[in-house]
Amino acid sequence: MTVRVGEAAHAQDFPAAAKELLTNTQLRHNVRHATSVIRGKRARVVGEMADWEDLREAGHQIKDHTLRHLDVYLEQFEEACIRAGGKVHWARDADEANRIVIGIIQSHGQTEVIKVKTMTSDEVGMNPALEAAGITPYETDLADLIVQLGEDKPSHIVVPALHRNRMEIRQIFLDKMGLCELGDKPQDLTNAARHYLREKFLRVKVGISGANFAVAETGAVCVVESEGNGRMCLSLPEVLISLIGIEKVIPRFSDLEVFLQLLPRSATGERMNPYNSIWTGISAGDGPREFHVVLLDNGRTNVLADEESRETLDCIRCGACLNACPVYQQTGGHAYGSIYSGPIGAIVTPQLQSMQHSQTLPYASSLCGACYEVCPVKINIPEILIHLRGKVVQNGDAPLAEWLSMKAAAFALSSAGRLAAMQKLARFAQWPFEKDGNLHHLPGLLGGWTETRDLPSIPDESFRDWWAKREKARQT
Amino acid sequence: MLISLFITCYNDTLFPNTGKAVVTLLERLGHQVEFRSAQTCCGQMHYNTGYQREALPIMLQFLKVFRGAEVICIPSASCVAMIRDHYPKMAAETCDPEIIAEVTGLLPRIFEFSELLIDKLGVTDVGAFFPHQVTLHTSCHSLRSLQVGEKPAILLKAVRGLNLVELGDSDQCCGFGGTFAVKNADVSSAMLSDKTRCILDTGAEICTAGDNSCLMHIGGGLSRQNTGVRCLHLAEILASTERGGGL
Repeated sequence: MTVRVGEAAHAQDFPAAAKELLTNTQLRHNVRHATSVIRGKRARVVGEMADWEDLREAGHQIKDHTLRHLDVYLEQFEEACIRAGGKVHWARDADEANRIVIGIIQSHGQTEVIKVKTMTSDEVGMNPALEAAGITPYETDLADLIVQLGEDKPSHIVVPALHRNRMEIRQIFLDKMGLCELGDKPQDLTNAARHYLREKFLRVKVGISGANFAVAETGAVCVVESEGNGRMCLSLPEVLISLIGIEKVIPRFSDLEVFLQLLPRSATGERMNPYNSIWTGISAGDGPREFHVVLLDNGRTNVLADEESRETLDCIRCGACLNACPVYQQTGGHAYGSIYSGPIGAIVTPQLQSMQHSQTLPYASSLCGACYEVCPVKINIPEILIHLRGKVVQNGDAPLAEWLSMKAAAFALSSAGRLAAMQKLARFAQWPFEKDGNLHHLPGLLGGWTETRDLPSIPDESFRDWWAKREKARQT
Repeated sequence: MLISLFITCYNDTLFPNTGKAVVTLLERLGHQVEFRSAQTCCGQMHYNTGYQREALPIMLQFLKVFRGAEVICIPSASCVAMIRDHYPKMAAETCDPEIIAEVTGLLPRIFEFSELLIDKLGVTDVGAFFPHQVTLHTSCHSLRSLQVGEKPAILLKAVRGLNLVELGDSDQCCGFGGTFAVKNADVSSAMLSDKTRCILDTGAEICTAGDNSCLMHIGGGLSRQNTGVRCLHLAEILASTERGGGL
């Protein structure tokens, strides 16, 4: 089994990618503006909910319960979905998921698909796989369309083109839609997209979606969105394929009551999503004639097996932690090298990939806790980041200079005598770098600090020295 | 009241004046301070960087040193957060009932500096004088883990001569994050530039907080930019009187 998370296995390390992105003035302005707008909207609509904390706890409890009995609920979902006329496939990894989807499309002799926004399809790298099989995928979510036409990568879980502004989007549309004229007002841009997409909605016979929730009790699948383009993909094609991560299942239909309050308020700062599509299997004379569900593992059962970080799978992909994260606000999503970015990406990507190719992601956080504070299902992201850092160190993947420094520090801190000796040694070693009580340029590990910040030099007398002297003076 | 001071390793080494201020203030309020000299560190840097194995002996050292201390004052919110948030888990992982019981017994006896003054000693006006314009950085650990809320501001508002000015985006991290500031120096610096911009916008002379770790970071930026604005731990402001201390 080979787990793949987009192109994360070939991504640059976070610090290097971030360093490059920090020099992109336009991108930083766009990301800062967009995250601050969504943060403000979220704060307003969350603030008006007297029972928000209870809802968060309920969301957490439902997810926790489901994950503990995931085998039961998945089989229950499969049975209910089949009973309602759906077909259920199980995919162990990205390649298997793509093979299943391509097989279904080809069995209908089709060469085009329309897609509802789905992170999971990006995770398995579905678009390149479809293209390699001679199938053309059309993204229909406005932001995903911008990313696809711009040959770009998503930079946000909910708002994939968050790093682009209107002027940039206008240029992409002009270049790729074969237009001569286009304004840069939101209305101009949506009209262009509408015109471009409508013909595809009416022509293409196969639709592909992800899912926000899959209900075990009834076999229903739920997709929420803002534009209605998803509704088109879910209802117009003859064949609908939904790629669903196994953690998306919830036990009962009534559980949606909790999540359909938590999700829109956290994700886009709306009280309710404009479009909430919930369908169960197939219905005679209405919607697709054939409905397939592909249940995807792709590393999720490995995450499930680790009790300390299992709650990572609680995530309902609202993106609130991205908007709240002071690191994400500086770099945007591309720095994370994965389609899952921000704090949640920093814990999802390494775990799905069994800690391979992503050793710098657990460190892409100052552990400020803003992500945990806004998470609608109470995932303790800082705690999981620390847990994953522990794995990096235990796997021997920490940088050698850091490892040696930590070992030396642990030795020094194991006794007061050694600490005092270390203080004296550091006081002596700092003299070549000291000026006016500050250290301005240090070599090695601390060089990154002193490139932009001063470091106070170690004073002549430590607190413990002062105390000892004071005690002595008192006794005499 | 006999108060045992856990100075923390970096205050001991880099910011002895904070420790002296804590001692001065608590004695001025009529309490007795002890300093158990075998103390070293809480283990936070190791634990948060992924060296949890190395953090364990440091925790055991802490437990041993403060055995029997009734009230432990810690002038650092992040070290208090380390103890409250992680010691119970570390203890549970040892599967040693004695260690688990010791940590359980320890938690109600540790107080962050502003918690000690307001919750334990019941004082808000400590009789300080500090005639300067000051802004307060609410460190992430004090804000989200300890939830000290308004406590530092309440203490500052009672200081004679002090003009407390509100800091914009005060819930945003300064970018320190322990080893984060070194491992991700570029992002950390970008976060710091936002923080120093907000501080300069207030027109304050002094930025204070209950954490010298954040203040070392913020102060390092303010100093490098030659802003003239300084950082000072809350205890150093509260220890100042008409007769001295402070700047």
